[in-house]
Amino acid sequence: MAKKKDIPEGLFERCPKCGFSVYGKELEENLWVCPKCNYYHRLSSDKRLSTIIDENTFREYDRNITAADPLNFIDMMPYKDRIESYRDKTKLTEAIMSGVARIGGIEVCICVLDFTFMGGSMGAVVGEKVCRSIDRAIKLRSPLILISSSGGARMQEGILSLMQMAKTAAAIARLSNESLPYFSIMCDPTSGGVSASFAMIGDINISEPKTLIAFAGPRVIQQTIKQELPPGFQSAEFVLEHGMLDIVIEREDLRSTLIKLLKMFGKTYGKSSKKD
Amino acid sequence: MPGVKSKRAFPDFEKPIVEINEKINAVIRKDPSSPELEELNRKRNSIIDDIFSRLTSYQKVQLARHPMRPHTMDYIEGIFDDFVELHGDRKFGDDKAIIGGLASFKGETVMVIGHQKGRTAQENIERNFGMPHPEGYRKGLRLMKLAEKFGFPVITFIDTPGAYPGVKAEERGQSEAIATNLKEMINLRTQMIVIIIGEGGSGGALGIGIGDKILMLENAVYFVCTPEACSAILWRDSSKAEQAADTMRVTAADLKKFGIVDEIVSEPVGGAHWDYEKTFGVLKKRIGYNLGILKRTGKEKLFEKRYNKFRNMGVYEENGRS
Ligand SMILES: [Zn+2]
Repeated sequence: MAKKKDIPEGLFERCPKCGFSVYGKELEENLWVCPKCNYYHRLSSDKRLSTIIDENTFREYDRNITAADPLNFIDMMPYKDRIESYRDKTKLTEAIMSGVARIGGIEVCICVLDFTFMGGSMGAVVGEKVCRSIDRAIKLRSPLILISSSGGARMQEGILSLMQMAKTAAAIARLSNESLPYFSIMCDPTSGGVSASFAMIGDINISEPKTLIAFAGPRVIQQTIKQELPPGFQSAEFVLEHGMLDIVIEREDLRSTLIKLLKMFGKTYGKSSKKD
Repeated sequence: MPGVKSKRAFPDFEKPIVEINEKINAVIRKDPSSPELEELNRKRNSIIDDIFSRLTSYQKVQLARHPMRPHTMDYIEGIFDDFVELHGDRKFGDDKAIIGGLASFKGETVMVIGHQKGRTAQENIERNFGMPHPEGYRKGLRLMKLAEKFGFPVITFIDTPGAYPGVKAEERGQSEAIATNLKEMINLRTQMIVIIIGEGGSGGALGIGIGDKILMLENAVYFVCTPEACSAILWRDSSKAEQAADTMRVTAADLKKFGIVDEIVSEPVGGAHWDYEKTFGVLKKRIGYNLGILKRTGKEKLFEKRYNKFRNMGVYEENGRS
């Protein structure tokens, strides 16, 4: 590795937890886990995909589905402008990427939410893209993997965003009727309308250490009960302990665990699994 | 009105209505056939017309939360016969913020389930202000499955500020309970009518709010988060609740326009709390009408329609067109 002074600025990334600076390439090789304090960096959707799927196998779908503004919503700025500014800032079209990829050679339908785009909030675009991915999984007879990272419903779409909970859960019910496997991976943070809809009803619920998984966020709860929250409250470990998760796994083992599971579910998907 | 003790229970904009009602009652007490009454009633109606013609969204929120408004138990007693309350989720406990049980509707057995708010401080503590814990949603689902097994239609009443945000609720899986209900209600093989009678608070409302027909009382509201919370989060200013209520489009008319609600159920002049009997009478007719339609629809078609109804919710653009 080159000496620090030989590397241009910006190639280093500082750990938000311990402040340790690490060469970007090295951080990437470590799957964006701080080598010093084991802090899990939040991952953008493309980085997240790269830690899970076979290289260069992602085919994106439904990129042309974008947010409308049915309420003409204006809070501190118009919703339309807010969307524009996030598109500029993140180079993403929305808070979700969806498509088809391979994991250990197995074709899966996959969606990844991106917390950097309006907190990964679920409006009509996220809802529709999740549902289309489920339709696609049914059509292709493939497993479904949904990777969440979201603060919940997108308030700027009002009641229509709430209904995305019903809509996505309805589509999951269809997938379930088809007996196709659905693995839900909850990343930091998964809360509100996303945790209370498709994320929590995986056939297998998976998360990473220390991930925040909540219905109501810790601040809201603290304001309600006006007491200190117990240590580790709403962490993946806490949620596992209370029976809502199947697996909490280190980032480096997530991909291999998925491959193992996909193989064990092998007879449940693919053309030969078609029900009469 | 049961339990009307104090004028403080009424929001400010309703004060002129309360005053004229008191005047009318005073006249009736002296002379029930007083010639003054006709004029007073006319005046009352014009005061109400005036107030209601420029009612803001936030005033509707206040009406929807009105402590004198009929709550689920009032509707059950007013519309159904032979209610037998059923308790508990058979797993953890009995949540008093959601009630349910078997009842008879025009001779037919139905399952009724709803959020239950209190009216007095003590009732509200007992009912947790109508904010359920996970066991409430699980009780609701248990009763729905019971209804499904025996082919009873399910009628749910929505009236909650939201699912309870607390430590125990998180520990016992608030998200899981609501998510599971959403998934299971879509698949439930019986007729389902949802009626939003007061406050439709977010996921906590939706958790028992999936159905074939969604009815909404004229002065009820339904939102993704309370206008107060929305104001604090989006405006970073908790005093913008009135503006938030307007911007969020929370009224029955808004929801009908967005296709979330199938039918608006009209309320007596001034709101449901001024005339319980009339409110129950109108709603009973609408339940009967909609149940009739659902019973005449073939089961497979019914489930397909229910799925498509929710599958098609939401507005987005595709290739730049909506
Ligand atoms: Zn670190």
